[in-house]
Amino acid sequence: MYRYDQYDHQIVRERVAQFRDQVRRRLSGELKEEEFMPLRLQNGLYMQIHGYMLRIAVPYGLISSKQMRMFAHIARKYDRGYGHFTTRQNIQFNWLKLEEVPDILQDLASVEMHAIQTSGNCVRNITSDEFAGVAQDEVVDTRPYAEILRQWSTFNPEFAYLPRKFKIAISGAKEDRAAIYAHDIGLSIIKNAQGEIGFRVLVGGGLGRTPIIGVEIRDFIPWQHILTYVESILRVYNQYGRRDNKFKARIKILVKALGIEEFKRQVEDDWQHLKDGPGTLTNEEVARVQSFFVDPAYETLPNHDSKLNEFKADSRSFSNWMLRNVLPHRVPGYAIVVLSMKKVGNVPGDATAEQMDAMAKLADRYSFGELRVTHKQNIVLADVRQKDLISLWQEATAYELTEPNIGLLTDIISCPGAEFCTLANARSIPLAKVIAERFESIDFQHDIGEISLNISGCMNACGQHHIGNIGITGVEKKDHEEWYQVSVGGSEGNESSLGKIIGPSFSFDQIPEVIDRLLQVYLRERIEAERFIDTVRRIGYVPFKDYVYAGEFAVEDESATDKQTVVPAQYDIPYYSPRF
Amino acid sequence: MKIIKNKSIVEDDWSVLRLNAQQLPENTQVPEGRVIVPLQVWLKQRQALLERAEIGVWFASDERPELLKGDIERFSVIAIDFPKFSDGRGYSIAYNLRVRLGYTKELRAIGDVLRDQLFYMQRVGFDAFEPRSDRNIEDALKGLTDFSEVYQKSVDQPLPLFRRVERSIT
Repeated sequence: MYRYDQYDHQIVRERVAQFRDQVRRRLSGELKEEEFMPLRLQNGLYMQIHGYMLRIAVPYGLISSKQMRMFAHIARKYDRGYGHFTTRQNIQFNWLKLEEVPDILQDLASVEMHAIQTSGNCVRNITSDEFAGVAQDEVVDTRPYAEILRQWSTFNPEFAYLPRKFKIAISGAKEDRAAIYAHDIGLSIIKNAQGEIGFRVLVGGGLGRTPIIGVEIRDFIPWQHILTYVESILRVYNQYGRRDNKFKARIKILVKALGIEEFKRQVEDDWQHLKDGPGTLTNEEVARVQSFFVDPAYETLPNHDSKLNEFKADSRSFSNWMLRNVLPHRVPGYAIVVLSMKKVGNVPGDATAEQMDAMAKLADRYSFGELRVTHKQNIVLADVRQKDLISLWQEATAYELTEPNIGLLTDIISCPGAEFCTLANARSIPLAKVIAERFESIDFQHDIGEISLNISGCMNACGQHHIGNIGITGVEKKDHEEWYQVSVGGSEGNESSLGKIIGPSFSFDQIPEVIDRLLQVYLRERIEAERFIDTVRRIGYVPFKDYVYAGEFAVEDESATDKQTVVPAQYDIPYYSPRF
Repeated sequence: MKIIKNKSIVEDDWSVLRLNAQQLPENTQVPEGRVIVPLQVWLKQRQALLERAEIGVWFASDERPELLKGDIERFSVIAIDFPKFSDGRGYSIAYNLRVRLGYTKELRAIGDVLRDQLFYMQRVGFDAFEPRSDRNIEDALKGLTDFSEVYQKSVDQPLPLFRRVERSIT
């Protein structure tokens, strides 16, 4: 993976010093909260309900075992012993003290990490395919380009105060695993007929309040020009994106207002000045960064291990895990393993310090010391020898990391929700837990097959509910009770689509029953091995809607609603929560 | 009044003319002396103002630098107003003035100008800063030296890091 050189170290070190001074000025009252806010946000520091939350960048999801151990250290020393992996491949800690954040950043810098631009109205962490470099369907490895874009975007002076946040995702495989249609800029690295590498560029995608699928602005731009082309897109957006209304400030609104043709014309006009200029990428730079992503020392191995088949026959749990959590690798004798952060009863995306240490150990032992965070909030060991799968499974099981549910109903994407977030209208995590408990049976889940269930506590869509096959959103109502909207038909990947809301919202307790009814319709209507999403596409959402609303719901069970409560933090200094 | 210019604190006698809601750009009297007038005043009173030896002009964050094309050589001071420090349009205006229109004289940041934005402002071509009056100007000066290295090209550094130095390789 990429390693810092003296320049990267210097920039990150100076950032820590800068932020330490900003915190000092805030604590002394020199900076008002209003002035400090955009500064702390550009360093990933939020003020949540219970305290300060720090979002640490995991560039394109790739981390070393050493970095994972640092997360465990931070969880133990500064937090409550756990962290939360996010849909943008980052990690968040929820219970921090402001005065300790500079020390956390210093600890992070010692392992080549930071929290730069993980929030704020700037270019955020560049996300990518979690299987980059190992996927069988890969055309071009995205990691070097993601790193080049990371450096280009870091402290880019012209684009630090954009109208709104800006997210870029890159995919380099036949199948899009980075949700590029749901990003401000979505990049797909491709080869043209002559075998030359270039980018297909999408713009104006995004979820949130106004979900829009990105549109193509360029079908092919040679790789040399990617930085300057992205620069021109950002310059047009910085000048003309709306700043009068925060809800209409994302680039998607500008692209919609101008139309893609006019938007493209403006971008191309600007780009004419940059084309072939000094911002153009060089062969040397790409080769340099690529040198960090060469293959690890793979052994020559047979592609089949008879022991695996024997063990599969003996253990249902193992064979289920092999079926769902182990994926084919492009190198014979190797496999990609997805460690599930979605064990029923646990919080989706949460990992304890013990689990982090365990994952670091597994990475060292079985996967060249590297891990990846997925945008579905799981962890990948990308280079596991097939002959190690049994022992890896046994060791990982002891840490509750082998739930065989990847891509299944309980592999739920969930935002932190109203227990933590000041924006949320309703809780997400307890709902995810109740749903997972209801459909815990792994046989039932395997029968349902591939399906995605995404939960967001509000329309801002951190849980990406619009692109879940089933999407759940917390909605605001006058009575301040928790209500949830349900949609079906959302999907990510090459055939991205936005879900359709099936009708009036539901209470917390009704949701598991709603999911059950949706699944009943699917089981009734599906043809052979058709996936849930295919059935929705074939028959439309009306049969689902009709069936869900046809029957009565049981009287609500008060105890279930109150099942999960978060213990508030006790701070020495009074903490003002923006929620109340 | 003190401002930051070329990385040091200096006395400055330019004044910035701001119109109130009742004043119109076409007939507002421009005071004597060194005055930085709103772009709209310049455009509306251009003939009269051409007579003046020393006049500056300032851009609001939603105005286009091309509006000054052709006249740009006349000015020894151009300013860009930041109505709020979070309004980042001024950075692109500065970039365009410097790179697209070739403006080389003083470019001054006015308005909600604070220490923690100065480094970025300097990078896109500002060389003079009028920090908000309730702030300590010595303190603001420190903002210019937060970082000693940068990755990407901009106005202050026309080459990206990868074209300037030999970087490490594995």
